[in-house]
Amino acid sequence: MSNKFRLSSGGEINRTERVSFKFNGKTFFGYKGDTLASALLANGVHLVGRSFKYHRPRGFLGSGSEEPNAIVQIIKDKARTEPNIRATEIEIFEGFESKSQNCWPSVNFDVGEINNFISPLLPAGFYYKTFMWPAKLWKTYEYFIRKSAGLGVSATVRDPDLYDHRYYHCDILIVGSGPAGLTAASIAVKSGKKVLLVDEKADHGGSLVGSDSELTKINDGTPKDWVNKTFSDLSKNKNIKILNRTSVAAYHNYNYLIMVQNLTDHLNEEEKKNKIRQRLWKVRAKKVILATGSIERTMVFDCNDRPGIMLSSAVRKYLNRYSVKCGNNVVVFANNDDAYETAISLHNKGIKIKAIIDIRENSDGDLVKKCNDLGLKILWKHAVVTTKGRKKINKVIVMKLSNNNNSVVGNEIKIDCDLLCISGGYTPAVHLFTQSGGKLLYNENKSYFYPGKNSLEQISIGSCTGIFNIKKIIDDAYTKVNEFLKTNIENDTLVSDMKSGGFENIWLIPSNKVPGKTKSFVDFQNDSTANDIKLALREGFKSIEHVKRYTTTGMATDQGKIANMHALGIISEHTKTKMGELGTTTFRPPYTPLTFGALVGRNVKKFFDITRRTPIHSWHEKNNAKFENVGQWKRAWYYPINNESMHDAVQRESKAARENVGILDASTLGKIDIQGSDASEFLNRVYTNAWSKLGIGKCRYGLMLNEDGMVYDDGVTTRLGENHYIMTTTTGGAATVMGKLEDYLQTEWPELKVFLTSVTDHFATVSLCGPHSKKILEKVVKNINFDDQNFPHMSFKEGVIDNIKCRVMRISFTGELSYEINIQANYGKAVWEKCMEAGKEFKITPYGTESMHLLRAEKGFVIVGQETDGTVTPIDLQMDWIVSKKKYDFIGKRSLYRSDTMKEGRKQMVGLLTEDPNEVLEEGAQIVAEVKKKPPMDMLGHVTSSYYSPNLKKSIALAVVKNGKNLNGKKLYVPMKNKIIKVTVSDSVFIDKEGKRLNA
Amino acid sequence: MFIINCPYCGERDHSEFSYGGEAHIVRPKQPTELSDDQWAEYLFMRKNVKGLQYERWNHAHGCRQWFNVARDTTNDKIHSVYKMGENPPK
Ligand SMILES: [Zn+2]
Repeated sequence: MSNKFRLSSGGEINRTERVSFKFNGKTFFGYKGDTLASALLANGVHLVGRSFKYHRPRGFLGSGSEEPNAIVQIIKDKARTEPNIRATEIEIFEGFESKSQNCWPSVNFDVGEINNFISPLLPAGFYYKTFMWPAKLWKTYEYFIRKSAGLGVSATVRDPDLYDHRYYHCDILIVGSGPAGLTAASIAVKSGKKVLLVDEKADHGGSLVGSDSELTKINDGTPKDWVNKTFSDLSKNKNIKILNRTSVAAYHNYNYLIMVQNLTDHLNEEEKKNKIRQRLWKVRAKKVILATGSIERTMVFDCNDRPGIMLSSAVRKYLNRYSVKCGNNVVVFANNDDAYETAISLHNKGIKIKAIIDIRENSDGDLVKKCNDLGLKILWKHAVVTTKGRKKINKVIVMKLSNNNNSVVGNEIKIDCDLLCISGGYTPAVHLFTQSGGKLLYNENKSYFYPGKNSLEQISIGSCTGIFNIKKIIDDAYTKVNEFLKTNIENDTLVSDMKSGGFENIWLIPSNKVPGKTKSFVDFQNDSTANDIKLALREGFKSIEHVKRYTTTGMATDQGKIANMHALGIISEHTKTKMGELGTTTFRPPYTPLTFGALVGRNVKKFFDITRRTPIHSWHEKNNAKFENVGQWKRAWYYPINNESMHDAVQRESKAARENVGILDASTLGKIDIQGSDASEFLNRVYTNAWSKLGIGKCRYGLMLNEDGMVYDDGVTTRLGENHYIMTTTTGGAATVMGKLEDYLQTEWPELKVFLTSVTDHFATVSLCGPHSKKILEKVVKNINFDDQNFPHMSFKEGVIDNIKCRVMRISFTGELSYEINIQANYGKAVWEKCMEAGKEFKITPYGTESMHLLRAEKGFVIVGQETDGTVTPIDLQMDWIVSKKKYDFIGKRSLYRSDTMKEGRKQMVGLLTEDPNEVLEEGAQIVAEVKKKPPMDMLGHVTSSYYSPNLKKSIALAVVKNGKNLNGKKLYVPMKNKIIKVTVSDSVFIDKEGKRLNA
Repeated sequence: MFIINCPYCGERDHSEFSYGGEAHIVRPKQPTELSDDQWAEYLFMRKNVKGLQYERWNHAHGCRQWFNVARDTTNDKIHSVYKMGENPPK
């Protein structure tokens, strides 16, 4: 295919570098510097997609991030294919391939087009109304809806590209490098401050990029000359960093902005290699200057969506920047003077202007005068009422507007054409301003929202404030920026002044068709029409937010950059509410879509979160341990031997720990060193039981509550000295317990002399459990007499292993004779190996967390977070013995006497035994007293822990059950999907209730 | 997105801090003397201010100190930062 719509000269494409690319399977060529849009237009391709709901043919509307129609799928391998890419932004390179997204099977023949003909059946809210019921058919509907909607497909394989994050601090951030932004940057660099200038486009210059070089003069040169000179001066300045292809996604409070820089999407495969694809910038700026420009509006009339209907500014940009003519016979439809620049520019390049249709009575602007001089035909007070042409516009129908603009009068005027340029005025791009918390004001005469107040160190300049004349933009930028930066830089930019005429607005162009028969599109991407909005209003939706959601107007990937103003305008007219009072919808980040890759950056796979490993980890790995994640910790879960199943491994380990000896890595338990003259008093206040009388060298189990009386954490605390304790917490609770204790010390009890230090990582903990544990300790640890009289249960001794001091606690979480060795972390693995060696003769067996859980369940010990869930008091756990009645106060005490925590019928922890001893209950299963044919049934509680006990040779479970403390021996039921399991309530201690094994 | 001026360390990004709810709620010295309603008032009831709110923050990933912040909840502007035990600046 040839570039038959490319002019023979001009533009800023590199004509020496031809680039071939594929679109919808066909090969085309363009030039280096082309976007996909400009290259396709140069080849005469307008039809690029089908509309979302009615599958109407759609072409390019704009030339930048506002584009609603030309959304394509990038074709690459399975990992790099990417949907929802705007053809107006993506730059082509050799080998680039993409296809239309929303069509099936092809853009030229689309089965969904039938929707266009049955469209009266597809009104606003159609999907809500039709497909909601019956609910079970939704799966069927969904398949077809998704297939025909087809908003692109995502990659199916991991993204292999590299993404980066970068923090950046600067004095002045300028967003947008159009005439206002460049002016601001020129002033800012002279202040000596650190400046960052960003623009989402590849080119700098903003609206000047597409402007006609003959019509506007800056400092006696073309706008492009001025942009180049300004940019090159800036580039030489070391105070400024300039980024292009960088879009601000979010503007948060305190001038914190997130931006995405696209580094390689415009490069060919060879150039891309080993480069970072996108970089996410997290910018903190002392001052922010928003020069985000404005977006041209379409106009809303019947069939305003055909390929070949484009924004006037876009046509101008394709012409002057890319040297592409978007048509040969052009009609211009305008409500302001700006479109006349497009008409003159086209005319001067030899393109036929068939007519300019203007809804205004007249205009005395300079550009209009020029058009008259050139002999261009202007139809004042007329409007385009509809268009013709199936896959491309071929005709417009024009009629005269009535005096009040409410209807059209007279005869239809038919004008053949292949391009319709629309200019409905400009909408200031205030998205970032509102994201930052700024409030908008409405200009009733000019029909736009503009930035009002904002408490941040921030200003808006340029056309995003509603100034659309280049001279005024630059002059205003000098004034505002000088004031904002407290500088006094002289304005030496001379712009040829041009008089412009007025602006008149009609939100919905009247039609000569029967109301309801028109298809006047407001949101092109989501295919919602003026009639949809009116229907929503008739059906009672009043709030703009509701209308928006019901009709999906402004909710597509372009976030209503084109649609929102007209939607508001139509609502305002229909409800007779002033625009300013209606308010706008909220503009939420991101301004333009960003990739997940950019968001996650390098934080993937093993870098996703911190992994904590115990000092003994490598031993577990070497010995075939399976690991479980406990918070950030990797804990040895079980150690299968010879392809053993998890069940078999756990049964073997648990048996060994009671019959011979087991060894467990308990290093992950939280450890807090507590010192100070008020340490005992402090423990009295944070635990439910009494601590003052605990002797030095003794250990005690403690239960910690929240102030609401619910169990929060538990663990054993040892008194090491008069004013010195070491507290252990649960693995998961270590950090939050530490935080909570600090909170009480600093804020409620600052009078207590207590100092807390987290020492979790400083010690490795090796736990030995079983009848032979003492013999191993005797072999390994020196300087301790392990005799029961000298070293009884719940006590502590300091010993020595190879001259290294260690702490040994005789405590048990299994009900078995058990010791814990705590030693400086870096000796942990050596001590573990020593114990393994010493334990060989006693058949020492390493066991993991799963066996630990089983063993403690046999003994009826609770695990905070398993038996408890933030609604369980110690009384509910039937642990009344641990709650001191004598202590005046402790955290949560008062709540244990609230009417709710004291009431009868709360859930209490009990044991459950199944009728069939081999039947193991499912954790989480519900418990009922009476089985009904089908749910709902009255649920009494649920199973919290359940195991097959190898030591008792039967199934055991712990559960919380309503009124459980009075139900011992009672038969209950656990209804499962295909069976009902009979259970009996029992004591929660299943093994060795007398505690004989502790001294075995 | 705030920048918080820790009274012990200076200005830091908000991600170093954790929020601790409404400030100046004193734990009753004699909880047993309180009725259920009075205790519930301390335990559960919070103001949810629109405007200037006094709240607690902890420099969790820094000096670990708790302190108070006076913040306008409508625009997140921090008006003052002061230590525990100090009265809110007027
Ligand atoms: Zn600090």
